[in-house]
Amino acid sequence: MDALLRLFSLIPGWDQNVPAWASISLAGLLAAGLCLGFISLGPVGYVYVERKLAGFMQDRLGPMRVGPWGLLQTIADTIKLLFKEAIFPAAVNRPLFVVAPCLVVIGAFMGFAVLPFSPTWQGTDLDVGAFYVIAIGSLSTVGLIMAGWASNNKYALFGAMRSAAQIVSYEIPAVMSLIVVVMIAGSLSLQQIVAAQAGGLHNWFLWKFFPLNVIAFLVFFTATLAECNRTPFDIPEAESELVAGFHTEYSGFFFAMFFLAEYTEMFVASAMVSVLFLGGFAAPLPVLQTVAGFDIGPVWLIAKAWALVFVHMWLRWTLPRLRVDQLMHVAWKVLLPIALFLIVVIGGLLTAPATAGGFPWDPWFGWPLTALLCGYLMLTALRAWRWHARQVREAVA
Amino acid sequence: MTPAEICTKLQEKFGADVVSALVEAASPYVVVKTERIAEVAAFCKADPALVLDNLLCLSAVDFHKEKEPRMEVVYHLFSYTHFHRFALKVHVPREGARVPTVEATWGAANWHEREAWDLFGIVFDGHPDLRRILLPDDWEGHPLRKDWTDPDFYRGMRVKPTEQMADKAMKGEEFGTGPFQHDPFNAHVPVSGGEA
Amino acid sequence: MSATRPITSADTVGWRIDDIGPDEMILSMGPQHPSTHGVLRIELITDGELVRDARPHIGYLHRCFEKHCENVDYPGVIPYTDRLDYVASMGNSLGYCLAVEKLLAIEPSPYVQTIRVIMAELQRIASHCVAIGTYGMDLGAFTPFLHLLRDREKILDVFEWTCGARLLYNYNWVGGVSHDVPEGFVKACREIVSEFDQITYPELVNLLIGNKIFISRTAGVGVVSRELAISYDLTGPNLRGSGVKYDLRKDEPYSGYENYTFEVPVGEGQYGPKGSCFDRNWVRVVEMKESARIVSQALDRLEKLDKTDVREKVPKRVKPAKGEVFARSEAARGNLGYYVVADGTAVNPYRVKVKSPCFTAMSAFHHVARGVMIADIIALIGSFDVVLGEIDR
Repeated sequence: MDALLRLFSLIPGWDQNVPAWASISLAGLLAAGLCLGFISLGPVGYVYVERKLAGFMQDRLGPMRVGPWGLLQTIADTIKLLFKEAIFPAAVNRPLFVVAPCLVVIGAFMGFAVLPFSPTWQGTDLDVGAFYVIAIGSLSTVGLIMAGWASNNKYALFGAMRSAAQIVSYEIPAVMSLIVVVMIAGSLSLQQIVAAQAGGLHNWFLWKFFPLNVIAFLVFFTATLAECNRTPFDIPEAESELVAGFHTEYSGFFFAMFFLAEYTEMFVASAMVSVLFLGGFAAPLPVLQTVAGFDIGPVWLIAKAWALVFVHMWLRWTLPRLRVDQLMHVAWKVLLPIALFLIVVIGGLLTAPATAGGFPWDPWFGWPLTALLCGYLMLTALRAWRWHARQVREAVA
Repeated sequence: MTPAEICTKLQEKFGADVVSALVEAASPYVVVKTERIAEVAAFCKADPALVLDNLLCLSAVDFHKEKEPRMEVVYHLFSYTHFHRFALKVHVPREGARVPTVEATWGAANWHEREAWDLFGIVFDGHPDLRRILLPDDWEGHPLRKDWTDPDFYRGMRVKPTEQMADKAMKGEEFGTGPFQHDPFNAHVPVSGGEA
Repeated sequence: MSATRPITSADTVGWRIDDIGPDEMILSMGPQHPSTHGVLRIELITDGELVRDARPHIGYLHRCFEKHCENVDYPGVIPYTDRLDYVASMGNSLGYCLAVEKLLAIEPSPYVQTIRVIMAELQRIASHCVAIGTYGMDLGAFTPFLHLLRDREKILDVFEWTCGARLLYNYNWVGGVSHDVPEGFVKACREIVSEFDQITYPELVNLLIGNKIFISRTAGVGVVSRELAISYDLTGPNLRGSGVKYDLRKDEPYSGYENYTFEVPVGEGQYGPKGSCFDRNWVRVVEMKESARIVSQALDRLEKLDKTDVREKVPKRVKPAKGEVFARSEAARGNLGYYVVADGTAVNPYRVKVKSPCFTAMSAFHHVARGVMIADIIALIGSFDVVLGEIDR
């Protein structure tokens, strides 16, 4: 908004002719429009990437027909969904049926309010930012239950009940591992959490108290994966069991809203993970923080979030789905004890003066391990790509 | 055991209840008195020398042109202990056919008997769940019987082209829309016997 | 018609409200459901996620196969048999041809028999690819399905090359096969086999079968005991998964199966009780490997044998003498039995009854389904590997 206001003042004669309130509201509207455009058009991109990625993993091409390399496929799909008739089955509870997808979308979008894209690019820096994101994340549960109940369909009800149980269960390990980060940073404000991680990759909370925080990261990531209802935790919509779970009866635009919410939530959750553990908008090297004087923090945050979104997709196309009881087992008997253990241990370490700032060996692990991981991933990707290229060659020949 | 030995064993045990036997053919069998089939079945499974613990197939056949029109129920048996095969048969009248169930002996008989009831109208006494299995629950008649003729109507809907329709079709004329449907479109034509 | 029976409430479509307890609910799964493998409908009484009772309803795909058979001549039945188990058509027509050949007392030449074995075993691999792939999909793993379909395509390509069809072949004829194998067939088959051994099999085991989630979803779920399996006439991989080592190819060899060396895999219960969903699938996986072994041996044999006319022994007019035969063969899903009755006067069979392996497997379903969870119901249907075309006929 500030940038927009400055942009306006560059226009000759703007400051004299346009009253201050008008330019402020115009800038606000424009900024809001930009944000909305970014976050609601984001899923179009994610869906395309996901489908292409699925195609790559499954040894096929993915969308290829609409536009070059199928680039326009998701846009075409979106248009189709928007213009499709939204069918209301006779027995649904209409008010709830309509409100439910809106609530889910609101729950997904409100997370953006506190995501710090740079020291200044942030909706608002709440003192309780981390807490706010977790609280808002649960709002979608209400929407899902509403959708399941209003649909008047047994499968939808099953899906809603499962999602309620799942999100409530996974909220707990998520919050517990969040507390670890909050204890280290000493603040709930996301801005301050990122500030505490500035100064390079080895300062990221992922590498603090090595290897304890790595475990906390895994716990938190798993929990957010479950909260986004993605495979292997996609039991609320388990399409082979519950047809489509809570959105069985939805069609057209309302279905698109659930879809939008799912992908937005995925991005918000990944962005949260990167803010909490991967340094948020802080670059891995302080040198890379600015390019030609411009702060490219947003690029770093989005890149990190997309990397995690990629992991979401990767897992989705690799793993089978857990059963309900196994899901609960993972949440309550595996993740929660680990998270509690971490709180106790890291809390104790923080109070001891010798280790209040982390273990002495912390700076030595970050870089080599990251390099190792990246190298391995690159190698795997290269091999996969070469295999894929060979398959394509053979198919053509 | 060879089929002949099995046959002898059954004849020893059940005497005159084993009505006839054919053991020289490619698929040997004995014909058993209908009322005793459940006991024969239980014996075949329990006897340590036979242990015919597997019901391969239970089929009904309608012999309507024989001198004495009859239906047969054929039990193909197999032993996973001795790896021998054998068949039992019972003869039942074409009207009011009743056979004791062998469901207690071989679980597989449950659905096979339901199928035989469904397609041949043979009632299996003592069957726990004798419902139609392949055809709709409200189907009338048993279509694998040899005297079966296709109905013209199913629940009031015409399901078979009339001769006039067939003639028109042969001449290449319009004879209705949809599956043999005529006006009013998709109406349920009230018919005696069918539902309105 | 003739026999009458009092109409009970069970005649109506489903359970009634009186049949369920206060906390229970009737869930009708199917016939339009993504993972009932066709148009199977299962009625479940559920208490939350737990299933108290299950009742399968079949017949949505009933196409009057047995009635059709009585109205066409003996070779005319073969295209209909293809449509029974439409995932593994080669095995179906092979079983029928064996039955009619037994009735006519003709035996095809070794060359034809070898072709039949190659086709049947390739079909078994293709069919198990679908079975395991869709099973993975039932459990939420999408990728193995497409990988397996990719490899199945190559087999279907060979079939198309040989007989012109990809799904319903009408390839096995009474006394022979419809077409001789084309030039270069052996080479193409060898490529398929080596690709299966080097790529498909390790990939499948790494990606799906060895996956920890897959194992925890399948091991110990839906345990079928040996007694239950025999009593309900489960056959094929379902029976062998319960630990019964019985395979018609080994124990009652037909079409020259005695000439090949292969193992009969049985469920070992690596991860829990024997006879669970995992064991049934494990048997299928190993069976694919053994089938590949048989194919490569049969290809060797085919090259050594003298080429004969594949339609040499196909009779002009099939009119067997009065008699009956019950012939079984090991199709991809289990023992497929044809009971053919000939009355000696007509050119059409007097009666054809099919004992399909899926039919009997499904009849044991309610025993296994009691007390599992809804997700396991899906895992169970998939592990029995039912094809509704064969159940409903």
